Amino acid sequence: MPAPIAFTLNGKPVRLDVDGDRALLWVLRTELGLTGTKFGCGEGHCGACTVLVDNIASRSCLLKVRDVSRKEVTTVEGLARDGQLHPLQKAFLKHEALQCGFCTPGMLLTGAAFLRTHPQPTRAEIIQGLEQNLCRCGTHQRILQAMETAAAEMKGGV
Amino acid sequence: MNTPNYLALDFTDLKEPPALSRRDFLARLGTGIVIFVSFGDLASAQESGRRGGRGGGVPADFNAFLRIGEDGRATCFTGKIEMGQGPITSLPQMLAEELDLPLEAVDIVMGDTDLCPWDMGTFGSMTTRFFGPALRAAAAEARAVLLELAAESLKVPTDQLMAKDGAVIDQKDPARRLTYGQLAKGRRIERHLEQKPPLKDVSAFRVIGKPVNRRDGRDKVTGKAQYAGDLRLPGMLYAKIVRPPAHGAKLKSVNTDSCQQVAGALVVREGDLVAVLHALPDAAEAALAKVKAEFEMPAPSTDDKTIFEHLLKLSPQARVVAEGGDLDAGRKLAVKTFENTYLNSYVAHAALETHTALAQVEGEKATVWASTQSPFSAQREIAEAIGFPVKNVRVITPFVGGGFGGKNQNSQAVEAARLAKAVGKPVQVCRTRAEEFFYDTFRPAAIVKIRSGVDDAGNMVCWDYTVYYAGERGSQQFYSVPHHRTVARPSGWNGPPGSHPFATGPWRAPANNTNTFARESQIDLMAAAAGVDPVAFRLQNLKDPKMVRVLKAAAERFGWTPAKAPSKRGYGVACGTDAGTHVAAIAEVAVDAKKGTVQVKRVVCAQDMGTVINPLGAKVQMEGCITMGLGYALTEEVHFRDGQVLDTNFDTYEIPRFSWVPQIETVLIDSREAAQGGGEPAIIVMGALIANAIHDATGARLLQLPMTPERIRAALQAT
Repeated sequence: MPAPIAFTLNGKPVRLDVDGDRALLWVLRTELGLTGTKFGCGEGHCGACTVLVDNIASRSCLLKVRDVSRKEVTTVEGLARDGQLHPLQKAFLKHEALQCGFCTPGMLLTGAAFLRTHPQPTRAEIIQGLEQNLCRCGTHQRILQAMETAAAEMKGGV
Repeated sequence: MNTPNYLALDFTDLKEPPALSRRDFLARLGTGIVIFVSFGDLASAQESGRRGGRGGGVPADFNAFLRIGEDGRATCFTGKIEMGQGPITSLPQMLAEELDLPLEAVDIVMGDTDLCPWDMGTFGSMTTRFFGPALRAAAAEARAVLLELAAESLKVPTDQLMAKDGAVIDQKDPARRLTYGQLAKGRRIERHLEQKPPLKDVSAFRVIGKPVNRRDGRDKVTGKAQYAGDLRLPGMLYAKIVRPPAHGAKLKSVNTDSCQQVAGALVVREGDLVAVLHALPDAAEAALAKVKAEFEMPAPSTDDKTIFEHLLKLSPQARVVAEGGDLDAGRKLAVKTFENTYLNSYVAHAALETHTALAQVEGEKATVWASTQSPFSAQREIAEAIGFPVKNVRVITPFVGGGFGGKNQNSQAVEAARLAKAVGKPVQVCRTRAEEFFYDTFRPAAIVKIRSGVDDAGNMVCWDYTVYYAGERGSQQFYSVPHHRTVARPSGWNGPPGSHPFATGPWRAPANNTNTFARESQIDLMAAAAGVDPVAFRLQNLKDPKMVRVLKAAAERFGWTPAKAPSKRGYGVACGTDAGTHVAAIAEVAVDAKKGTVQVKRVVCAQDMGTVINPLGAKVQMEGCITMGLGYALTEEVHFRDGQVLDTNFDTYEIPRFSWVPQIETVLIDSREAAQGGGEPAIIVMGALIANAIHDATGARLLQLPMTPERIRAALQAT
């Protein structure tokens, strides 16, 4: 049954009357109008729906909207700050690390969360960090390069 | 064999839609200079013209066109769509080049049936090869028109003028210049020159051949890029459709009474189409779960293991692709003969974006935003389904989240249009992942039988080749064999009725993945039996200078040193041609014999694709092909039984992941010849490349794709 749920979305407070059992993915894509978060598989296998919940990469197709109550949610639309692209977004552009772009939001958020906890990652660690995100166009090599570039630029900061 | 004659095979039902009048069409474009190129003008015809089908949303004599607006910007109109392969960047590059306009001043409208010239679809790596020349011709013509207009305005002869950076300049007095915007201002000019201006020579290129980053990159990293599922219209409903549990199952009864437990759910029944609609997609899904539907299941048929036997029994119609010499005579020349059967399973497209469409029907006009590779086919299918004239249906193609051939099937767009018409509100249909697998037009399971022989000098002397069910693309033998025959049964990717338990269709480089796997595996095992290094054996039997060049380029970059296979190094090589492009690749793999797993460590791929429009885009496509190709080589096969598709998500259908990806190095051969295809060619080598490398590492020969751990362990045991 609809009930008020409040959380922070891309830095701004949000208060909604929704059924708390609904998947965060669909609430984001419909009521909240943020369609950058993609539906890819609906079962948590592909990672296209990844968002950050309190800076942890989470599959929004499996999360109930009540699970993010009073938490901080970041979607791809909130990754850039004050018109400045996140270093990983810049690195994706620099390395041409996307094709169809459908997996890109999930890759960026998974990658950004990973870089917060792994400021100086090895290639092997990056691979493990992104292993559960699927890209069908086969842009993996460039995404790995972009991750390394962003890690070097961020030097542990955001 | 560069002609894409495979096209005619499976698109024979195309009908020419009625054309709009020229006046109607121009009214849509507003003021400015509009350039048309009619089909007859083009030496290199776009595929639409080649099939005699023009028109659709545009007058019948337009084939490619562009508009120069009062702001001095040029817009390219193309029926091609952007699904990641990059024409959103490469087509404007071609236009900017011929028009002497900065690339930043070129816009592009793609896949809109009301604005773009009729197009068969985005497949077959044909955008650059066939639409490209048409677009360049239109741009060259526009440039000539601008020079003429400037000559009239400045009252100087045309040859005294030059076009540069979006302006026409008097060479004798450079202060006298008119920008393209000034020339277009306040006019509505429709030009069609009698005298065709020549296209620029390769030596004059300043935009073509330069690496350019994707123009949609920023929108795609910020979440702004819109796909069909991202569009919202007031009052729109999301539809979930009752689906059968198996292909061939028939709906016996359906009870939707319980759907009412979900407030706001609306049930629509239109013949075979039973759907639950709701203002929220997840509520529609919840309501669908309450539908009680009973199906009559089909009789037991085939599964993924028995399918090959079933397919061979049907023996579809044969087409001789190529023939030469005398096979019996050839066999007598052979000191060693080789007979093998190669298999590959059904493979899914599995684009990350499932088929999606949003349809709106207002009065007698329908507008459908669809994830499609063939908006004009979708337009016709929708019109037929809802009983509208074709011209009253507009299909608009937003960004497409991957296609690979699978989005030539447009059933989701038809369903959305039928439902939108039925309820009088906009309706979105977005397939679940399970629906995406179920309704996919799989790459067909296929069989290749080869009998071949070499003489005592290591020359190939006979080649008897039959491909079943994959299709003929890529089956043509390019090694020099005096006595040969190549047969395709049938010639396309659709088998005869009763053959496949579900739909089959084009899958990135259709047929060629199967044919190249079989041919290059056979070549490799002949080299090994002859005791000759596999690169040397290929070079000895190749006369095609382009293939020799790409193979040598790959071997050089890889640092190949000759050795007889199996050398235990885990090196493999494979060559092929596709879409006019020549490809050679060399890989290094490591095999875990106990587990039967393969790690591909490095792939070097060299490609001769003629003039390269965007070298960055071309390399990204090659890398994408190599990475995607790991899937059909190692894991991808559709599991099914009695019409049921058992794979419903990525848990059982495994596509490539980061840990699989080798170090990939790409080499583009410098060429001034006509531009060829780039979206598909490099994927064709992946099956044989890895099979040959596994053989080199272990001595085990894999004859079936995918090369799963189970099959690798079995092959190792048999060695």
